[in-house]
Amino acid sequence: MLNYGGWLVGCLLCQVAVAAEPDPLNSPQWEAMHTRFLNGEPYTFDSKVKVEAPPEAEDSLNVPIALRVTDLPDIQEMRVFADLNPLPHVLNFRPKTVPPNLAFRMKLQQGSPVRVAVKTADGMWHVGGTYVEAAGGGCTLPSVGTSSGDWSKTLGQVSANVWQRPDNNRLRIRVMHPMDTGLASGIPTFHIENLNVKDAQGTLLAELDLYEPISENPMLSLDVGKITTFTLEGRDNNGNKIAAEVAP
Amino acid sequence: MKRWLCAAFFISNAVFADDFAYPMQPQQVATDTYVIEGKTEDFSKKNGGFIVNTGFIVTADGVVVIDTGVSRRFGEQQRAAIEKLTGKKVVRVYITHHHPDHFLGNQTYTDVPIYALPATRDGIKAEGEMFSGNMYRMVGDWMRDTRVTPPTQDAKAGKETIGRHELEVLALQGHTAGDLALFDHTTGVLFSGDLVFNNRAATTPHATLTTWLTTLDSLQALSFKTLVPGHGNVASDTAPIAQTRAYLQWLQTTLKDAAANGLDMLEVMQTPIPADFQSVALVQNELRRSVSHLYPALEQANLKPAKQAE
Repeated sequence: MLNYGGWLVGCLLCQVAVAAEPDPLNSPQWEAMHTRFLNGEPYTFDSKVKVEAPPEAEDSLNVPIALRVTDLPDIQEMRVFADLNPLPHVLNFRPKTVPPNLAFRMKLQQGSPVRVAVKTADGMWHVGGTYVEAAGGGCTLPSVGTSSGDWSKTLGQVSANVWQRPDNNRLRIRVMHPMDTGLASGIPTFHIENLNVKDAQGTLLAELDLYEPISENPMLSLDVGKITTFTLEGRDNNGNKIAAEVAP
Repeated sequence: MKRWLCAAFFISNAVFADDFAYPMQPQQVATDTYVIEGKTEDFSKKNGGFIVNTGFIVTADGVVVIDTGVSRRFGEQQRAAIEKLTGKKVVRVYITHHHPDHFLGNQTYTDVPIYALPATRDGIKAEGEMFSGNMYRMVGDWMRDTRVTPPTQDAKAGKETIGRHELEVLALQGHTAGDLALFDHTTGVLFSGDLVFNNRAATTPHATLTTWLTTLDSLQALSFKTLVPGHGNVASDTAPIAQTRAYLQWLQTTLKDAAANGLDMLEVMQTPIPADFQSVALVQNELRRSVSHLYPALEQANLKPAKQAE
C-alpha cells in the first residue's frame, strides 16, 4: 500500500515535470535520455546551451557538431547524446579552466536530436539541442582504417595546431583511431575512452570521455584562452595510450 | 453545388497525387534541339526529383538523348514525350556523369546503346545502388521500381556524325572524375552536363576544384551559340560559365583560408554568402555540403605531427 502511494506520488511528480518542460525537439526518447544521462535529476531547456549542427548530415559518418555555452557559471560536466542513435552516448566534456566550447564530428545512424546537457554546481542540468536529419548507416559500417587494415601503423598518433587569436587561442587536435562502434559484423568495439588536455606545467585544462559515435580519427577543436603549449594524455578501451606534446 | 465542387476537388487531387506525372515540357532551344528544364530546387517528394535538365537532338537517323533523369517514371515519361513530339525513335543515349539525377531513367532505354565515359561507368557500378537508395529516401514513391541500369558503351572523345548532326564528345573532369559534354557543331548547342550551373549553386560531392576550373576555361573557348547547363536556365552566352567559375573560386579560397585560420567545419558552413551569389538557388545548402566534401583534406594539411611523448 505504501509502495503504491509512493509510486503514485512519483508518477504525479514526473507528469508535472513533463508538463512544465515539454521537449522542444518532441523526441519519444527524451524521458529515457533524462533517466539515463541526467540520472533523472532536475533539468531545464536553456537557450544559453547551444548545439550547432547542419540541419541535414551530408556524410553520416562525419556529422560536424559544435557546443557553445554562454553565461553559465560553475560547469561541472557536459554530456552529449543523440536520442535515436543505437549508441546514444557521444561524449562527456569537463572544461576546467578553458571556455565550454568544443567542436567534433560524430556518426549518426538515422535522423536524431543531438543534445548537450550541462550540469552546474547547483545540481541543475541545462539542456540544449538540435535535430539533424541523416540518411543513416553511420554506426553500422566498419571504419576505413579497419577495412583497409592499416590502422595499426598510425594508432594513437596525434597531429595538431595552435592558432593564436586576440580573444581565445584555438587548439585543433586529430588522433588517429578507428573508433569502431562494435555494430559492424565481426569487428569489436574499439574506441578512445578518455583524453585529458593539460598545459605545459601539467595543469588540467579539460577532460574528455569519448564514446563509439565519435567519428574515426577524432578531430577536436577547443578554445583555450592564452595558452599555447599543451600535453595530451589518454587511452582507448584496449589500454593503448595516447601521449603527445603540442606547441605552435 | 458546393458539396459537388468539394467532391470533385478531392477526386482531382487524388488523381494528381497518384499519377506521378513530371511537368515535362520540351522547349526548342535550337534547330532540332530540345531541353526539358528541371527546377532549381533540391530533391523533394513534391518535385519528385525533377531538378535536372535533360535534352535531345532530333537527327535524320533518330533521336539522341542527353541524360535520362532521376527515376524509371522520369525516363518513361521523357521517352514518351520525345516520341510523341518527334514521331521518331530514340537511337542513342549519352549520360553526362554518374550522379543519380542524370542516369536513373536508363532502364527505359535498354533497347538502345547508352554511352558514358569509362569513369562514369565505373562510378555507377561503384555508387549507383547507394545513390538509388538515397533517392528513394528523398523523393519516395516517385522512385517506384527504379533499378540501377549502367550505361552499356564507352563514349570516346571526338566527332561523329549522326543523322547529319556533327556531334563531338568532350571527355572532361572536375565536377566528377568523368564529365561528358556534348557539342553539336551543326547547331552550335553545347550540353555541358553539371560542369556548368546557371543561377543554381554548383554541387561538389565528387569534385576536384582545380581541375574543374581548368575545364571551365576549355568550355568557354568553344564557339557555341547555345549552352545547356546541367541545372538552371538554358543560355546563349558564357555568363553561366563565368558564374560557375566565380562561385568555385570563391569556394576554394574560402575553404583554404578557413583551414589556414583554424576554423572548425561548422564555422566555415556559416560563412556569409557574398552579394554576387545571394540570388543563386540553394547556395547556403550547397556551401554546407561542399564543406563536408572538401574541408577535411584542407584542414589536415594545416595540422602538424605532434611530438609523441612517453
